[in-house]
Parts: sequence; C-alpha cells; structure tokens
Amino acid sequence: MSTVVERLTKSWLYIGLIGIGVVSFVRIVTDTNDLTGAGTIRAAIIATCPILAAALGGLWAERAGVVNIGLEGQMILGTWGAAFFTYHYGPWIGILGAALLGLIGGLLHAIATVTFGVDHIVSGVAINLIGAGAATYLAEAIFPDYEGGGPRQLNGLEAPTQITIPGVSDLANDVADKHWFFVSDIASVIQALTTNISTLSLVIFGLVVLSAIVLWRTSFGLRLRSCGENPQSAETLGVNVYLYKYVAVLISGALAGIGGGFLALVSSSGFSNGQTGGRGYIGLAAMIFGNWRPGGLLAGALTFGYTDSLRLRDTQSVHSLLLLVAIGLLAYAAFRAYRRQVQGAVVVATAGLLVLVWFLSTDSVPREFTVMTPYVTTMFVLALGSQRLRMPAADGKPYRKGSAG
Amino acid sequence: MRTLTVKGVGLAVLAPAIAVVLSILVTTLVIAAVGSSPGEFWSTMFEVPKPRLRVDIVNQTAMIYIAAVAAAIGFRMGLFNIGLEGQYTIASFAAASFAGAAYLGGFANVIASLAVAMAVGAAWSGIAGILKTTRGVSEVISTIMLNAIAVTLVGYFLNNYGVKEGNSVHTKNLEPGTTLGGFAPFEDRDGEIWALTIVAVLVGVGFWVLLNKTRFGFDLRASGQSETAALASGINPKRMILVSMMLSGAVAGLIWMPALFGGARNYGTSFQVGLGFLGIAVALLGRNRPVGMLFGALLFAFLSVKSNDLTFGTDVSPSIVQITQGVAVLAVVVTYEVVRRWRTRLEQRAVSRELAGAAL
Repeated sequence: MSTVVERLTKSWLYIGLIGIGVVSFVRIVTDTNDLTGAGTIRAAIIATCPILAAALGGLWAERAGVVNIGLEGQMILGTWGAAFFTYHYGPWIGILGAALLGLIGGLLHAIATVTFGVDHIVSGVAINLIGAGAATYLAEAIFPDYEGGGPRQLNGLEAPTQITIPGVSDLANDVADKHWFFVSDIASVIQALTTNISTLSLVIFGLVVLSAIVLWRTSFGLRLRSCGENPQSAETLGVNVYLYKYVAVLISGALAGIGGGFLALVSSSGFSNGQTGGRGYIGLAAMIFGNWRPGGLLAGALTFGYTDSLRLRDTQSVHSLLLLVAIGLLAYAAFRAYRRQVQGAVVVATAGLLVLVWFLSTDSVPREFTVMTPYVTTMFVLALGSQRLRMPAADGKPYRKGSAG
Repeated sequence: MRTLTVKGVGLAVLAPAIAVVLSILVTTLVIAAVGSSPGEFWSTMFEVPKPRLRVDIVNQTAMIYIAAVAAAIGFRMGLFNIGLEGQYTIASFAAASFAGAAYLGGFANVIASLAVAMAVGAAWSGIAGILKTTRGVSEVISTIMLNAIAVTLVGYFLNNYGVKEGNSVHTKNLEPGTTLGGFAPFEDRDGEIWALTIVAVLVGVGFWVLLNKTRFGFDLRASGQSETAALASGINPKRMILVSMMLSGAVAGLIWMPALFGGARNYGTSFQVGLGFLGIAVALLGRNRPVGMLFGALLFAFLSVKSNDLTFGTDVSPSIVQITQGVAVLAVVVTYEVVRRWRTRLEQRAVSRELAGAAL
C-alpha cells in the first residue's frame, strides 16, 4: 500500500489530475463556474509565466551553488530592456534585450559571488538596489522622448504573436460550456492553451522542459549540478567550477530578465515603473516550494499564478477556493495520520477545520487576503515540509579555486 | 583586542575609499551614456545644501541609522534580517494607530507608542526566529515572505479601519498634545529637526554598549563568528537566534518613529518606504560598526536629499542616486573581501618570514 501511495505522490501527472478533479468538485458544489472558466485559466497562465521564468532562473543558479536573491533586480532590468528594444526593433529582439539586461544583472552577481566570494545574499540585495535604481533612472532619462512614453512608463509596445489552433479551440469551447464534472475543466484548460495564447508563454513553458533535459540528461548538466553539490570534488575531477558557476548565474539572470520582459510585453502593453511587484521573490519561493526541481517549481509557479490571477476576478470564486484549501489541508492531515505523524496531522487538521469554518461562516474573502496567499503558502510549506526539502548541498556556500586540497 | 597600527587603519579605510571612487565612476559613466552632463551633476550634488535640506539630511540620517543598527544586530549574530521593511511597516502602523487612539495623554502616549512599535516589530521578526529555531526555515526566505504579508496586512487594516480623506486613507491623526515637533536650527520655514532623532543616538550608543560591555553582546559576537565554538562555551544557539532576531525587529520598529511624532502625525501617504533596505545597505557599508554606520547613513541621506536639487538645475533625474547607492554597497562588499584576502596573504608572508628567520 505504501508503495502505491509513494508512487502516486511521485507522479506530478496524477497529482495534477486529482487536483483538477477536486477543483471541479468544488466548482460544482459552490456553483462558481468562473473557478475553471477559460478566462480564469488564461489569466492564470499569464500570471504564471513571469513567476515561472524567475523560478527557473533561481533553479539554474542554485543548482550550481549560487543563491540568487537578485532575481528581482534582474527581472526589473528585464522589464526595461524589453521596453527599450521592443520600441526600436520589435518584440522578439525586445525579449532578447530583456534577457541581455537580466544577464548583465547576472554577470554582476557572478563577479561578486564567484570571483570575489562575497556573501550571496548580500550581493543579491545590492543587485536588487542597482536594478531598481537603474531601471527607474534609465526610464526617466530615455522614455519621455519616445512616442507613448513618460518618465515612469512606455505604452503601446507591440506584443509577441498570439496563436490559436482553430478546430481544437472551438471544440474545447463547446465542451467547456457544458460545465460537466472534470471533462469541462480539462476542456477549459485546452481552450485556454489553444486560443490566443502568447508564443512567449509557450517559449517559457518550453524553457522548463529544456532546462530539465539540459540539467538532468546531459553531462554538462551533471557537471553544473556537481558544482552545487560538492564543488571541491568537482574540481578534483577536472571540472572548471568557476566557469560552470558563471554560465549558470548568467543563464539565471537572463531567464529572470525574460520573466520581466513577459511582464512588460504580455501581462501589460508596456513598461511601467515597479511593475515586477516582488515577483522575483515569488519565483524564488516557487522554486523552494518545488524542492529545487523543474516539475516542482512548475507546480509552485502554477499555484502562485492561479491565486495571483484570481485576485483580479470576482471575490466569490476566491471564496470557493477556501473550500478547496480546506479539503486539501484535511487530505494532507489524513496522509500525515496515515504516516503516524500525529502531531503534524493534528496541526494540519486544525488549520483545515478553521478554513472550513471560515468558508461556511462568510461569503466573500477580502482582496488583500488573496494577495497574501502565495506568501503564506510558502511559509506553511517551509514550516511543515522543510525536513523533506533538499537543496543542493553546497548551495550558498563560498567556494575558492584550489580549496580541494 | 587588535592594536591600532597605521597599516591596519589604512587597510580598513582603503575599502570604503575604493568603493566610493568606483560608485562615482559608474554614476558618471551612466550619466554620460544617456547624454547628460556629469559635470553639472557633480557640481549640483557637491554644492553646500540649503538650510532646509540640511535639516532633512539630519532627519533622514537618523532614520537610516536606526535601520542600519537593526540590520547590524542580525549581521553580528550571523543572521540576515532582510525583513526590516515589513517589521517597521507593521510596527509603524500599529504605533500610529495606538498613538492616534490617544489612550494616554502627552508624553506618556509617546513612550507607550514607542513600546508598542518595538513590541510589534519584535513579534513580527519573532515569527521568522521561531520558524528558524523550531523548523529550520532560513530567515532570509521567511522574512521576505513576511515583508509582503506585512505590507498587504497593513493595507487591509488601513482600507477597512482607516480615516478616509479624499483619495487617501490614513490612521487617526495624533492629538496636538502628543506630537513632539522638534527644534528649528535655522528659520522656521526651513523645517525642524525632529525630537525623536535622539532615538538614533540612544540606539547607536545602546548598540555599542550591548556589543562591547555586556555578556549578551559577547555571546552574540561569539555566535556570529563561530557557532560551534559558541556552543562549546555554553551558549544556547537557539535562544541567541530568537533573542537577537526579536531585538533586531524591536529596533526596526523604531525606524519611522521620528517622522511619526515629528512631521507626519499619522500613518498614510506620508509613510516612507524603503528605509529597511537602505538600512541593510548602510550596515554593509559601515561593516556593522556603530561609527562606520553613522558615516554610511550620513552619506546615503546626503545623496537622497541632495538629489532633490537635480530637478531644478540639471536634466539628470534624482533617481540616479539609487544607482550610486547600489553600486557603493556592491563595491564595498567586494573590496572588503579583496582587502581581507590581501591582508591574510600579508600575514601569511610575515609569519613565514619569521619562521624562516627562527629556523636559522
């Protein structure tokens, strides 16, 4: 029995299917079709992508043993880069520009942490200051002269192409409108994925798969990860640790930059100052939530993206989410009880019951509480599951060439 | 104690000097790159500030310095309290609400409000402390999350229980009897140095005494330098983590208090965000030393306040100083590291020379 449970928990696909089933159940019980409407899923995908890109950036750096808290700053640089290059050369060069600006932020971080061995968090904080300052200053200095621009924004930028797959999209739309259990929810997801989806979204989802393959299925990836686990051993085996760390942190910055570019080009139609709103940090949280693995961080980013998108929609659907959370917590409590972890089970069950009471005794949730959700979730995951999380062994530790002895 | 030698002092001053030069260089390059005149920029920045700005600089220095001390308490213990921002946001809101409710009159209200600010700040950072000691959660991640939660939570309370005035919401105004004002060194129109800037002095002195003259300070520094050695000498590391985290949060709670009782009178649009991150930057710049951080706070306050002049005389936007500040921090941590390595090498060479001499 326990092997069955373990096999189930190991497979993200099954978890995804069960998740959709539970969401569908909640949708029907609470009669809020908006919960999985194609509009909601679409908004969720758009909210997920920047977080996902940042989380992926975090994964690359931390797998090579460098904590990159500068993701936020690199993302901010990316929003500016996307705006500047899109204005002059169109959206695809714009995205490359976003990646380039993010990469410059990554380069600063790499120089400070890898070459000079500065504390990773300290360097990251400095890079966030520099990134925010540079984007603000450069926008004020350059954008007012542009058409549609001002000191704090640049509007009317061309977005990357959107794709619709005609037949599939219509069929999915028909099925989704039937509001059947499970089937219609899947159809909504398919509809959202095949109707007017930004190519940049597809690129970012593609980058997750690509990163997973490169990091776990190539010798380059193995060497890169060895620098995050045990750089001294890697060095004795002839791996150029500095080089791998540099490559990882540069890619990390570029990915965060692309996430910023997505915010400027797809999430909204232009640059505005401060538009990242801490998404770099949420990306970092999604990566930790996902246990430093691509599948996990995808699940984390989707969860955060989904809650992030719901705050823009009606408060009733957020309220029905409470039931979802309550079911989830009670199920987790049952799992804990099954594992004979009595104390954890009691804590989680109490939390679940409290949320259930909250659901039954109110009929709307204040908007601010939705905003808080990703952060509170992360705290809970860390508090309850920190023993099960395993970060790269040498993550965040300074390393100097020749220290293998 | 290390004895002061010419070479030692030289090495200690060298790093910040290099950092300042580097940040001046980068700032100049950035300004030139976008086609503005660096010469105009620097001449505007280095003009003697007008009296009104001098008053502002003192007030800002005080608040940044309190934030820096709060960060330094964590750093000296080997903790990274990145959550100052959230701690002082929620503490300022709580203190402003308490002070506005006017349960007490006059000076007693001020003292009680400061106590509320410290208690709330300590409680908020205590969450991160408890998570670290009981569940092993990194304080860096938990305090980042707590920052975001604090800001939204305060927004929620403000929107639902605040006083609405036009488009803005704020807490109840302080009653005239409970504001402290300050003293105006120049003419009245140039503004006042807030009375509670004295808190910065007290916090600075208190920090020095705590670190150098108390058992707790010794334990704190010991734990920061080597946790295993501290444990071996009978220091309870978990207790130290929790206490120093809460102490850091309590000091963070005081950051905005000079402004509240000086000019702001309520928590609302006048609340100044970003002081927490500036404090972290200044603590790094001043190497967590009481005097070093004072110079750092003065420098940052000068840059921030003086940049207001840029809007009149030049086409350089004031936000350029954010780049200067950021580069200064990054440059200073890099140069400290380089100087440290260099010093180690010098010491190694000196030792090997002496050993070689002894062998003969």
